[in-house]
Parts: sequence; C-alpha cells; structure tokens
Amino acid sequence: MRWNRKDLLGIEDLSVEEINHFLDTAFSFREISTRPIKKVPALRGKTIVNLFFEPSTRTRTSFELAGKRLSADILNITTAASSLVKGETLIDTAANLEAMKIDMMIMRHSASGAPHFLASRVKASVINAGDGSHEHPTQALLDMLTIKDKLGKIEGVNVVIVGDILHSRVARSNIWGLTKLGANVSVCAPRTLIPRFIEKLGVKVYCNVYEAVRDADVVYILRIQLERQKSNYFPSIREYARLFGIDREKLRHLKKNAVIMHPGPINRDVELSGDVADGENSVILEQVTNGLAVRMAALYLCSGGDIESEDTY
Amino acid sequence: MNHSATILDKAAIERTLTRIAHEILERNKGIEDLCLIGIRSRGDVIARRLAQKIEQIEKVSLPVGIIDITLYRDDISSPQGGQPQVRSTKINFDLNGRKIVLVDDVLFTGRSTRAAIDQIMDFGRPRNIQLAVLIDRGHRELPIRPDYVGKNVPTSRDDDVKVSLSETDGEDKVELMSKAR
Repeated sequence: MRWNRKDLLGIEDLSVEEINHFLDTAFSFREISTRPIKKVPALRGKTIVNLFFEPSTRTRTSFELAGKRLSADILNITTAASSLVKGETLIDTAANLEAMKIDMMIMRHSASGAPHFLASRVKASVINAGDGSHEHPTQALLDMLTIKDKLGKIEGVNVVIVGDILHSRVARSNIWGLTKLGANVSVCAPRTLIPRFIEKLGVKVYCNVYEAVRDADVVYILRIQLERQKSNYFPSIREYARLFGIDREKLRHLKKNAVIMHPGPINRDVELSGDVADGENSVILEQVTNGLAVRMAALYLCSGGDIESEDTY
Repeated sequence: MNHSATILDKAAIERTLTRIAHEILERNKGIEDLCLIGIRSRGDVIARRLAQKIEQIEKVSLPVGIIDITLYRDDISSPQGGQPQVRSTKINFDLNGRKIVLVDDVLFTGRSTRAAIDQIMDFGRPRNIQLAVLIDRGHRELPIRPDYVGKNVPTSRDDDVKVSLSETDGEDKVELMSKAR
C-alpha cells in the first residue's frame, strides 16, 4: 500500500493497513541510525518547524534528530521565544511560517484538536506531537513498534496501562492503536483518574493493580502528572506510589517475561521504582530508540512523493 | 494489443549467471577483498546466486549485502501521491578498501545505480565499484556503464522488462512486454 496522508494527526482515524505500513517503514528506518554516516538525503531541501507550545525534551529532540538524519532543515520555536507571548494567534503564526515556504510543522499544544485545526488551514504537513489530553500518535506508534519487536506480535497480547488515564493522550492513542491491531487492553488507576465511558473504547477497567497485571504481557506505566496534583485526584503521592507504583514487590506478581514500558519522563519511585525502571524487564530506552525511527518514518511518509512506478526507475 | 516475448528462460538465466560469475573472478583475479551488493528488489536475489556460483568455483564464500535505495532516489518528496515503501539495508561488513560488485536486475536510466553508488559511499570508501546487471535495456540518462551484462536487449522507452526469479516470483524468466504501436 501507499501512504496518502499529508498529516499525521492521530491514531483514531488510521486504518489497520496504515498502521502496519507505518510500522514496517519505521522498522526499516531503524538501521540508518546504526550506520557510520547516520544520514540519508531523502528530505534534502525540505524545511520543518518544530512548534512546541508545551515543554518537551524527548519528543522535540527526537523529531529534530529525525529531521536531521533525513537531511531536512529543521528549526525550533518554543512559546516563550515566539510572538505568541505578544498576542499573535496560532493561525497567524502558522501563516507567517508558511509565507516563508516551510514544508512541515510538528506541533505540540495544550488544546485538544489544535493540530487538526491547524492542518485544515495550512498547505504544509502537520504532525501532531501531542494535543492536550487527546492524542500523541508518534508515541503510540513507537510503543506498538516496541511491543511488536519484543513480543513478535501485537494481536492477542495483553497490555495493561497503569496511571493517569484521565489526562493521558498517550493512553488514548495507545488504546486506539493497540485495540485496532487486536491486543487486549486494560487500564488501571484510582477511580478518579479513569475517564467515564472509557470501556466504550474496548478496554477493561481495574482499580486493583494486582488483579490488573496478573496476565499482562506488557505493563505500560504512565507518568503521574505532578503538576496536576493540586486537584486532589488521590490523597497523596506516597499513597499512590504504595498502591499503584510498580516496584520490585509488584513485579513478583507479573509474568516472568512481562515487559515494562513508560513514555517518559519517569518520576522515579512514584509510578515506577528506580530498580524496576533499570531492571531487565524494562524496555524504556528501546522505546526511545524506536521513537527516533518512528519520527523519521512520520516525516518521510507525510512529505508526500509522486512516483510514476517503481519499475520504470 | 500488448505483446510479450520471453528473452531468457530458466536455463538461459542459469548459464548467464555462471558466465558473469567467471567474468567477475577473471576481472578481479580471484576473490581477494571482493564482495557483492544487490539492489532491492531482485538485485539482492541475483547477488546471492552469483555468490553461490563463485563459492562453487573458488570454495570460498563472499560477503553479500543488500541495499534499499529508496531514500537516495532523486524523485521522492514531490507533493502528494504517496511515498514508495522503504525496506531495510543490510551490509554487515566493512566496505573500506573493498572491491564491490553492485548487482541489479535491469539497467535502464542509470538513476538507481547512481543512488546505490551514493549510498555505498556513505558506508565507507571502497577500492572500486563494478556493476553487474542481468539485462541492459539502454536509454541511459546518466554516464553509467555496466562491467558485466547478462544480455543486451534493445527496447523502446515504453516497453517493460519483467524479471521473475523463483525466490520472489516462483519461476525464472525474463520477459519483454511491448505496448502496441
């Protein structure tokens, strides 16, 4: 199949074929970063803007490196240093960038749907690097690539997502993607952090970690967003860590070869204890490596391309 | 009505590859520092077959690599239409100082050869690069010339040369498909 989208906005509207095609492409890109010269000319002459209205290290760096390894020119705009603090609207910022003939925008924004809004108003490709509590498609794709790599398949795999499901765009994108590919997905959190009607997405809901992780092949731990702790979703960090934090004791209740995943950044000894994060079940750094390949694939696929036929070449 | 004619059958492909294997050994005076790199897809299959034949003759196995040239093409990234599939490149040996025989099924415009050479240069500094092709159908657009040719086939630009190999297509056959004029 061929990828025919200009934008990558979310996992919800991707077909199973598109997700699989994307994962196959990302797999091929992984090898490039192991070469002596870690650069290919595929996107030479393309200009990409990283437009980040929320803090990020991993995702922004990963996109920036991905662009550089594909020979694109990439620049970073962060809120503090942009005209948005002077009151310029998002669309005006984008229109001005487009007037400078850029080809792609990678955007992270605190408002759900912001990239969709942008994509409908600009000619450039838009890649969603996280919008509010809605979607974070490249994170879900790198997670799926990691699971496929570690377990050999996604269909039939039991995945438990533990943590702040309510605010998590990572959880939503992963639920959409994993259920489409046939995984059995459950979520586990204090009741206050589970959105109403989440079952409608085809997941099981647990409030007890021990029950949730018993049959898990993958335990996917979400960051407790300490900045949201003011709202009292649970009594204390310490209590959360004791009841829901995955530590060596809870690890003993998991299958021996279960895989521990986390999207980063980790609050050590809150949702995940340091020894488990660094232990042999953890694939957290492999997720980061796969993240680079996934972002290279995203930039490559969304940059379009018109080939008469592969055979005439 | 379109017309198709078989240019090479199974036995002819077999004989042709045997001859190319001997020519490679003759030209390089043996197998020292020699390696084969096939261009996906089908060039990799032919490279593996040539390596087998050379092994039968010299009793030594040669390193074989596979490259996917998609990311080095000169026609990607034009707006809309969908990007071609990227597949893995596998070169598990050092290319510095090697004599490389680049293998492809059909030589046409020479653009994929250019892409392959550029990619190889990003992997190291080989002593030389030679080019072996099963079919040379002409119509070059770049100054590129093969060192080993299975068969020269005069074609019209609109014709299609279809190479089938048992590993990928179930049978060994090369056909020329001509459009009715």
